[in-house]
Amino acid sequence: MNSKITIAIASGKGGTGKTFISTNLFNALQKAGKSVSLVDCDAEEPNDREFLVGNFQHSFDVLQKIPVIDQSKCTFCGKCNEYCNYNAIFFLGEQRMIRILEDHCHGCGACSVACEYGAITEKDDLLGTIAEYSISPNSLLIEARMKVGVHSPVPTIKAAIKSASEAKIVLLDSPPGTSCPFIQTVATADYVVLVTEPTPFGLSDLIQSVETLKSLGKHCGVIVNRAGLGNNEVYDYLQKEKIPLLMSVPFDKKIASAYSKGILVSNENAEWELKFNQLFNTIHEQYGNSSN
Amino acid sequence: MNNMEIAVISGKGGTGKSTISAAFATLQPNVVLADCDVDAANLYLLFHPTHEKEEVFVSGFKAIINKDLCTNCGECINYCRFAAIDEINGEVLINETSCDGCKLCSRICTVEAISMVQEDKSRMYSGSFRNGKMVYGRLSPGEENSGRLVDIVREEAKNTARANGIETIIIDGPPGIGCPVISTITGVNQVVIVTEPTLSGLHDLKRTIEVSSKFKLTTSVIINKFDLNADMANEIETYCNSLHISVITKLPFDRVVVDAMLNCQSVVEFAPHSEISILLGKAFLQISNINS
Ligand code: SF4
Ligand code: SF4
Repeated sequence: MNSKITIAIASGKGGTGKTFISTNLFNALQKAGKSVSLVDCDAEEPNDREFLVGNFQHSFDVLQKIPVIDQSKCTFCGKCNEYCNYNAIFFLGEQRMIRILEDHCHGCGACSVACEYGAITEKDDLLGTIAEYSISPNSLLIEARMKVGVHSPVPTIKAAIKSASEAKIVLLDSPPGTSCPFIQTVATADYVVLVTEPTPFGLSDLIQSVETLKSLGKHCGVIVNRAGLGNNEVYDYLQKEKIPLLMSVPFDKKIASAYSKGILVSNENAEWELKFNQLFNTIHEQYGNSSN
Repeated sequence: MNNMEIAVISGKGGTGKSTISAAFATLQPNVVLADCDVDAANLYLLFHPTHEKEEVFVSGFKAIINKDLCTNCGECINYCRFAAIDEINGEVLINETSCDGCKLCSRICTVEAISMVQEDKSRMYSGSFRNGKMVYGRLSPGEENSGRLVDIVREEAKNTARANGIETIIIDGPPGIGCPVISTITGVNQVVIVTEPTLSGLHDLKRTIEVSSKFKLTTSVIINKFDLNADMANEIETYCNSLHISVITKLPFDRVVVDAMLNCQSVVEFAPHSEISILLGKAFLQISNINS
C-alpha cells in the first residue's frame, strides 16, 4: 500500500466500544509493521493509553490568545463588549467596571480589533495538551487532553490531528456524539467506522450519525458490538440504507472482562488479530473503490 | 414545597446511565424527567412523551459571504483566528465546519459582504409521559453550546414541576466533564455517578468526582455490571470510601436490562421483581432519605 488513509472510529453515543475497536485495530496494524498513528480525539476523557504501552516522546501545549485589559488606558467606551459574540466580557460602564471572563472567551480577537484606545493586549491561555508515545518504531499514539473547565475540546483535537500527518495510516478515536467535536474529527477522515449496539438506543444514535455523515459527504461502514444482546433492527436498517457491515463483535463476558483489565484481545488471541487486519483491508478496499 | 433534583451522570457514555435514570423515573408515581443528554437524547424512545411545547434553541451563528458583493480582497482571512476562511482559486470561501461564529469578519468587511445566520435547528420539547412530565433537548448535529440548552431544559423542568405540584425531578445528564455536565449538576440536591468496573471507568470517575466536588454537591456512586470485574469494582469502592463518597449499590450484569429496552420499558417496569430492580429501588430510597 502506498497511499495514505485516515480512518475515524466514531459512535453516536459513548460506551459502544469505539475505544475497543480503535486500540485493537491500531495494535493489529502496528504488529504487522505498518506505519500507523492512533490519535485519541476524545479529549474530555482520553482512554486509549490504558490499553497501549509506549515510550513518551514529547508533548506540547495548545494555546489561544486571550485579551488582557489595561485599566489605565481603558475609557470604558464599551466597544469591546459590543464586539464580543460570546458574552465573555463583563462590562458595567457607569460603574467603570470591566473584566474578561476567561472561561467564556473563545480567543477570537474581536475585542482587540474593537478597542480604539490601545487598552487591550493579549496573553497565552492553555486549552489542552498533546502528548506523543511511540508504541513501536513505526507507530505512535497521540493523546489529546483538554484542560478541565475549557469551553470546547475542538482546538485541542484539531492540533492533535494535525500532528499526526506523518504516518501512512492515521486512526482517529473520535469523541462521542454528533456535535462540534465529532464533526471536527470526522471532517479530516477519508472513511468513518461507526460502532453501534443492536439496541433501540444504539440504532437511534446510529441513524443520527449516518445522517450527519451523509450531509458531510463521508463514506462510512458499521461495526456492531455486543452482537446477540438486542434485536435485528440495526441489521435491517443497514440493509435498507446499503451501509456495509464491516464486522460483528459478539457479546462475550471474556472479552468484556479482558477489556476491563486493559488487555487487548488482539494481543491475547491470534484469531482476533487477524480479524482486525482483515477489517483494515476491507476498509481500504471500500475506500479505494468508492473514491475511484 | 421543595423540589428534589437528582442528576444521574457518568464520566463516559454507555455505563448504563440512561437505564438507571429511566428506572428512577418510574419507581414512584408522578415525576418530572429531564433528559439533559442533549447530544444523544434517548429516553423519549422508552417513554414516547407527548409534545405539548416545542421551543427553538439558537445554538450559535455562522458567517456566510454574499458572492455578489464580495470583491475577494481576502482581508477577512487575516482576521479569522479559526482558520475558517480560505482563498481557493482566487475566490474567498468560508469553511462552515471551522467557523466559530465570532462575527469579526462580518464587522471588518468594508463592502459588508458577510452576514451572520442563526443556527436554529436545535429544540427543547416538553410534554407528558406515562409517569408524569418529561422535558428534553435535542442538539442538532454539528451545533455547539449544549450547556445553554441544558440550562433551558432544567429551567423548563423546574417550572413544570412547580406548575403541576410535582416534587421529584430526575435528570439524565450528559457524559464527560465539559460545560453541559456543569450545567446539569449546578444546584441539584444529589448527584449520582454511574461507573463501570474498568480501568477507564475508574479514571473517568476520578475526573467526574473532581468536577462534582468543585460544586460541593452530595455525591454517590453506582457501580454497574460490577461482576464483569469484581476486583476493579472493589478498587473503585475503596477509592470512593477514601473520599467519603458512598457506593449506594452495585448492579450485576443482566440481560433483562436490554430486554426491557427492547420492550420500550424501564427495567423496573419490565421486571419489577428482578434483582436489579430491587437494588435500584433500595438505592433510590437511600438517595431520597439523604435529601429529606
Ligand atoms: S477574544 Fe473574542 S471571545 Fe474573547 S473576549 Fe475578546 S471578543 Fe470576546
Ligand atoms: S474598547 Fe477598549 S477602551 Fe473601550 S471599554 Fe473596551 S477596553 Fe476599554
